[in-house]
Amino acid sequence: MASAAAPHAYLQQQARWHWVEIVFWLSTLLPFVLFPQYLQLASQIAITALFALSLDLILGYAGVVSLGHAAFFGLGAYTAGILSKFYWGEPLSLLVAGALVAGLVGYATSWIIAYFRHLALIMITLGLGLLLYEAANSASWLTGGADGLQGVRIRPLLDYFNFDLYGRTAYTYSLIVLFLAFLVTRRIIHSPFGLSLRGIRENPVRMPAIGAPSRAHIRKIYTIAAVMAGIAGALIAETTETVSLETLSFQRSADVLVILILGGAGRLYGGIVGAIIYMVARDQFSGVNPQFWYFWIGLLLVAVVMFLPNGILGGLARFTESWRRRSR
Amino acid sequence: MATQIAVTGAVLAARGLDKSFGSLVVASGIDFELPQGARYALIGPNGAGKTTLINLMTGMLRPDRGQIFLGGEAVTALGPAARVKRGLVRTFQINALFPHLSALEAVALAVCERQGHGGIWWRRLPDYRAAVEEAHAILASLHLADDCYRLTHELAYGQQRLLEIALALATKPKVLLLDEPAAGVPRDESGALFGVISGLSRDITVLFIEHDMDVVFRFASRILVMVGGRILVEGSPDQISADPRVREVYLGQKRHG
Repeated sequence: MASAAAPHAYLQQQARWHWVEIVFWLSTLLPFVLFPQYLQLASQIAITALFALSLDLILGYAGVVSLGHAAFFGLGAYTAGILSKFYWGEPLSLLVAGALVAGLVGYATSWIIAYFRHLALIMITLGLGLLLYEAANSASWLTGGADGLQGVRIRPLLDYFNFDLYGRTAYTYSLIVLFLAFLVTRRIIHSPFGLSLRGIRENPVRMPAIGAPSRAHIRKIYTIAAVMAGIAGALIAETTETVSLETLSFQRSADVLVILILGGAGRLYGGIVGAIIYMVARDQFSGVNPQFWYFWIGLLLVAVVMFLPNGILGGLARFTESWRRRSR
Repeated sequence: MATQIAVTGAVLAARGLDKSFGSLVVASGIDFELPQGARYALIGPNGAGKTTLINLMTGMLRPDRGQIFLGGEAVTALGPAARVKRGLVRTFQINALFPHLSALEAVALAVCERQGHGGIWWRRLPDYRAAVEEAHAILASLHLADDCYRLTHELAYGQQRLLEIALALATKPKVLLLDEPAAGVPRDESGALFGVISGLSRDITVLFIEHDMDVVFRFASRILVMVGGRILVEGSPDQISADPRVREVYLGQKRHG
């Protein structure tokens, strides 16, 4: 019986690593062996997963909806790209710079974000995203505008590992950064702060009545999510050695939302699983029919939302739960 | 009148509270004091402004005029969370819980926020063993220990009403304002619920809204009667039941719920 366990021991067990998690992370190494020709794609998946993970922190845990999350991704990408073009190309410091700029803008805008919810929030984040997109578009002397930023020069990682054509370094690098960010995220959601975030998601009205500073919490997690999205953006700039306006676009904000909903929001692995499915599907479908691949993504999205309202991971959890009950 | 009167002896006091929504007056010249350790019932017909008064006291509504004192300190300008930090806590008539948190998580959340750990993201919740155990002890005191790992929305309705009180207790209140704590609970169970409330430490001053007169006369040491946004009368249960004005406006009417 669960109720026999001491309460803190029970919570400890809840936070423990499950064997499925360990298997999952080990299997992220498989592409090196099984699909060495797809390491560039694997790297893109890892970066997209990191971006989706950052959205999960605000959407899945704190219930803060955003349709402009690409703003921070693009900020990270442009920061890393522009700095490498004009100043230096050391990848790790560029990652920090991208995180810093995205975090600063995230913190500044969080003061607005914390006062709104639902539809108003969707419109505000959408508006802020469009604002930044057009700003980057018009500042073409700096960003290259619609042509994209040319001349991004990235030094080898740790001055030793070249970013090779096959994406071996890119995937290793992206995967390590994703894993570190995942460890931080995992710690956050099992912390008292993570519990408070879930409280905000579950009942924002009740939080002040137990003396919780909800707005301060939202500002904090929004800033953290912006930092993480900025790192993802910097990674994409470094591993592809180009930055396009697309990194700031509404499309990218919408895509990452789709990815998270597909995988399952508020489930820690939802963004990662969603990124894998979405990116592989895009790669395969666009190979078959490059113009219409969104048709299939649309179909997939409708099907998942209709039949698995909590995403693929939510559906899986429900399935294993009922299977476990039946086998008891 | 919004005059600054020194308040002595009262844990919670209201002075000349007025509140209107447009032409609708929901509170008018409200004056009252809750002495330390009191068990007050707030009664009155539907629409008398009882819940509005709780909203005013806890900062969920701002009064148009008047002052609120908590332990002698004016808190009128403070927001809800700041008043909770000072010990003025409420519960809700309609369950305002966290549906997908377990009962233990919900109460641990309130304990952690009170202790100022709510912003800590680099340590795990079970590392705050004292906070978790305190949460569990609160749940145990309300007979919820056996179901503390279940999600809130899976709990029976009566248990959810108890969890509502557990959340308030986790904030270590000095004054507890209970808005119909037994709302929706079958009559035979509401006695048990009020048994729990009357068993609370005398360090906690309690004011509760309740429609069931048997419960009110059994558990309240004093009664405030509200009608049309005003306090009609305040007195002991005997005084209230004998008061002709109260009989006229309230007790004479059919009971609610």
